[in-house]
Amino acid sequence: MSLLWLRFALACYFIGLVYAFVALSRTSDLFSRIALHAASLGMVFHFVSLVEVFLSGHFVWASVHNGESLLAFISMTFFMVIYAIYQTTSPGVVVFPVVFFLTFVAALDQQPVLLTQFVSHRGWLVAHIILIFTGYAALVLSFGASLLYLLQERRLKSKKPSSLISFLPALEVIDQIGYRSLLLGFPFMTLGLLTGSVVAITTYGRVDFLDPKILLSVLMWAVYMIMVFTRWNSGWRGRRAAFLATFAFVAALAAWAANYFSTMHRFAS
Amino acid sequence: MRFQLIGVNHKSAPLEVRERLAIPDSRLPDTCRDLTAYPGIEEAMVISTCNRVEVVTHTVNGHADLRGFLHDHFHLKPEELDPHLYEFREKDAVRHVFRVASSLDSMVVGEAQILGQVKEAYATARAVGAVRGQLDQLFSRAFAVAKRVRTETAVGSSSVSIASVAVELAKKIFGSLHGKNVFIVGAGKMSELAARHLMAHGCASIFVANRTYERAIGLAQKFNGQAIKFEDLYATCDRADIVITSTGAPHAIFRREHGEQFLARRKNRPMFFIDIAVPRDVSPDMAKLDGIFTYDIDDLQQAVSSHVADRRKEAELAEAIIASEVERFEARLSTLDVVPTIVSLQDHLETIRQAEIDRVRGRLGQMTPEQEIAVEALTRGIINKVMHTPITTLKSAAKESEATTVVDVVRRLFNLQVKGKESAAPAAKKDEVGTRH
Repeated sequence: MSLLWLRFALACYFIGLVYAFVALSRTSDLFSRIALHAASLGMVFHFVSLVEVFLSGHFVWASVHNGESLLAFISMTFFMVIYAIYQTTSPGVVVFPVVFFLTFVAALDQQPVLLTQFVSHRGWLVAHIILIFTGYAALVLSFGASLLYLLQERRLKSKKPSSLISFLPALEVIDQIGYRSLLLGFPFMTLGLLTGSVVAITTYGRVDFLDPKILLSVLMWAVYMIMVFTRWNSGWRGRRAAFLATFAFVAALAAWAANYFSTMHRFAS
Repeated sequence: MRFQLIGVNHKSAPLEVRERLAIPDSRLPDTCRDLTAYPGIEEAMVISTCNRVEVVTHTVNGHADLRGFLHDHFHLKPEELDPHLYEFREKDAVRHVFRVASSLDSMVVGEAQILGQVKEAYATARAVGAVRGQLDQLFSRAFAVAKRVRTETAVGSSSVSIASVAVELAKKIFGSLHGKNVFIVGAGKMSELAARHLMAHGCASIFVANRTYERAIGLAQKFNGQAIKFEDLYATCDRADIVITSTGAPHAIFRREHGEQFLARRKNRPMFFIDIAVPRDVSPDMAKLDGIFTYDIDDLQQAVSSHVADRRKEAELAEAIIASEVERFEARLSTLDVVPTIVSLQDHLETIRQAEIDRVRGRLGQMTPEQEIAVEALTRGIINKVMHTPITTLKSAAKESEATTVVDVVRRLFNLQVKGKESAAPAAKKDEVGTRH
């Protein structure tokens, strides 16, 4: 049943996806309102789906697909929070495709896989999953913001009249969205990694830093830290910040993909 | 009507070219004098603003080598300059002058500043005697037309000023302008206007730097701002988020290295340079720096062009007024063209009449006053009858394009030597002199 709700959500997010592509070339208030309502409705279906997953069994979040579904939901929540503060749907240009992709993969099929070996550390595991996913969502958003920053910067520098009627918010607003997501995401990511280490140590007695999942996660965290530091220390914006954000995002994707190769971080029993 | 006009404007030439042609106010009188001394030119005036440099002349025969003058005066090669030049003659020149004065040819259609600039140029040229008869009439009419356009259409009322476009752009960079600082470099009217707009949208404080420190203080007081000594410009400029610069400096005063310093001190927070100076105050390579946004006068024009469509209808109305005014002006000038010929024809025939009376008086002997009156009336009657047709023909020809031909024929037939600028015969002579130079 949860899969059905998720597929409803996916249909709603599809409208958001179309908006993301259209918004790059033209501005339409009506379409951005439609996309926003569709996304809100999608979130309701998505929430129902997650609740059903939660009620259906223990630790089912720890399956890859349910993890993806949760990450997509947290990303959407971030998007809505930003909309509430800045009244702009433009981060959707990046967030919608990512959310659609995650939800699409999650809605493909049911994956009732359990992490049976972690039963004794349930609290740490739940904390790890929620913290790290919040960190991921914040990273997606700051990556999106840095791309939008580049886009808006290019528009303003091209000096075309269209730069005045662009759908993008002001450069400093985009910058704030990116920086705040970065600042918010960093502690979550750090705590998420720490709780993950606690789970690993209590389960295996050690943390294997050569494990691809752990290695890539640490790399991603390091880039994340460099981003926060360069921003705080020298106010890095624009191209340099976008470069770092892209690097962190790729590292995050790689860390996610490493789930399939890791011996320590396994979802399947 | 032998008006001839040559020039460049914001549409025909990029800023790089206009910068090289810009003539400072102090050199305008000399340029006007040089022009009137140039072969084939009778009267001349130069309009030099940040958006246009135009030479308006009244020539001897309608074919003065104005391009040659520009090449010599600015030491430019024809291939550098000619692709950007436009040239208008006679009626087209009149129309162009009317359009410029009425602000229909402006970067921001309907802005009021251009009329003042044209009036200043006119006053300068008049003071050195470069504007006398024909150009005087042309520009007096142009000012009247500009006034008519302003009162009868709404072209000027909703003018999108450079200042409000600057505010819109600043908002695209900074979002809210609350708490942002503005730096005015060069205390000009335009930058004052832009600063006023920015303050109205919430900017926090204003710094003013000017080569004359007293002027900086004067402007700073208007905004409750702070005057900065010009030598401290680079040390303080990074405190501003928005810099409006309009100095008369011949070279860029903000260069890439300054931009790098500012960004380092501002921790890369963006800066917006509004450069309304010609030649530009901000070097083009500044824009290559991340976080520095520069808009020069041409870029602002592009930005305002999107607003121009709103006023297209009013502009069409204004164009119709201009077209009718051009016709009226042409008709009036043409009538003026034939008047000296009519007068000299009358003088010529009167001289013949007087000579003939004097000649026959000896043979007639003493005449009674009644006879005197009769002879006078008879001869005058003959002259008037003879003159009637040529004068009517001249007057009606004045309204047609063949006026010059008819005037020429009448002059040749009667061998008239006419005083005054309008005469074709002396004009031709003067041209011969001119071409021998």
